[in-house]
Amino acid sequence: MSDFILFDEEFHQIKDVIGRLKADAQAKVVFIVDKNGQQIAAQGDIQSLDTTSLASLTAGNVAATDGLARLIGEKEFPVLFHEGERDNVYISIVGQRVILVVIFDERSSLGLVRLRVRKANSELERVFDTIQKKVESEKTRRQEGYDSPFAEITDEDIDSLFRE
Amino acid sequence: MTFINYAAREINCKIVYYGPGLCGKTTNLQYIYDRTNPAAKGKLISLATETDRTLFFDFLPLDLGTVRGFKTRFHLYTVPGQVFYDASRKLILKGVDGVVFVADSQEARMDANVESLMNLEKNLVDHGFDLQAIPYVLQLNKRDLPTAISAEELYRQLNFKGEPTFEATAPTGQGVFDTLKAVAKQVLMELRKK
Repeated sequence: MSDFILFDEEFHQIKDVIGRLKADAQAKVVFIVDKNGQQIAAQGDIQSLDTTSLASLTAGNVAATDGLARLIGEKEFPVLFHEGERDNVYISIVGQRVILVVIFDERSSLGLVRLRVRKANSELERVFDTIQKKVESEKTRRQEGYDSPFAEITDEDIDSLFRE
Repeated sequence: MTFINYAAREINCKIVYYGPGLCGKTTNLQYIYDRTNPAAKGKLISLATETDRTLFFDFLPLDLGTVRGFKTRFHLYTVPGQVFYDASRKLILKGVDGVVFVADSQEARMDANVESLMNLEKNLVDHGFDLQAIPYVLQLNKRDLPTAISAEELYRQLNFKGEPTFEATAPTGQGVFDTLKAVAKQVLMELRKK
């Protein structure tokens, strides 16, 4: 399985799209997570949030719901919505690859979030298509002898990580 | 599937602790959590039943330091060991970079160890991974118990590719960090090949 590689250019494009989505949907926080639970980018008031845990739990949630979907003969449930007393979480799948999470309160509404997410989703799909192509061409370059920055990792480098 | 983030200069890797029910997977994570500098760890999340059996997974994010200018972050997960949680167990293996198999040293748990190992192999195949090729470490846990059988016997029955093997007593920490280091090292070595 190929690794997921995020380059500067696409990272900024993703930040732009979710930044606009946050403003347009009047959301508190928007973030993107890969299906394995790694956070890719976030916008909004994330200082008070444990985004690493959020990312892992979101991916677990989506994975469990995907499993449920398959059990009843659905391909996936592309949207999950959790309604709380103050805050709500709207989760959608972008191009079957990554997860878009919007956290919003009473200043916004489910209808508005749903509408804005739909627009952002198609923009994000395009960015992730580009990433996919770049990852593939990077792989070809490496097969042709171009070294990755990690080709030079030495045993010493790794051992130094574990020194007390 | 390692996530290499050039924008944040981070490498993110996923390690899964696998093994039969009550073999000590969660205890491994708990010990690592307790003994890690607060700046280098996130919250330990346990999705467990009321009786503290793992229901879905435990999760612990760890920052190990910097390699070649990239911050290395390891996400440690455990699976629920009980046989009937197989559907959830399989989900956790998605995108895994390295596996630790925690074996229970007691003779009475030998069948459970073998069954869990076979289950790991099958679930990895379903995700497109090969147990023969993936970074993998065997931990022989519960060495302190009087009912534990010899490490040689366990090695003979459970070690199948000469993988690094460590004797452990997870509650006291014996072997816990050695196991983590060995699997992390293999994962980073894999990066070098890519």
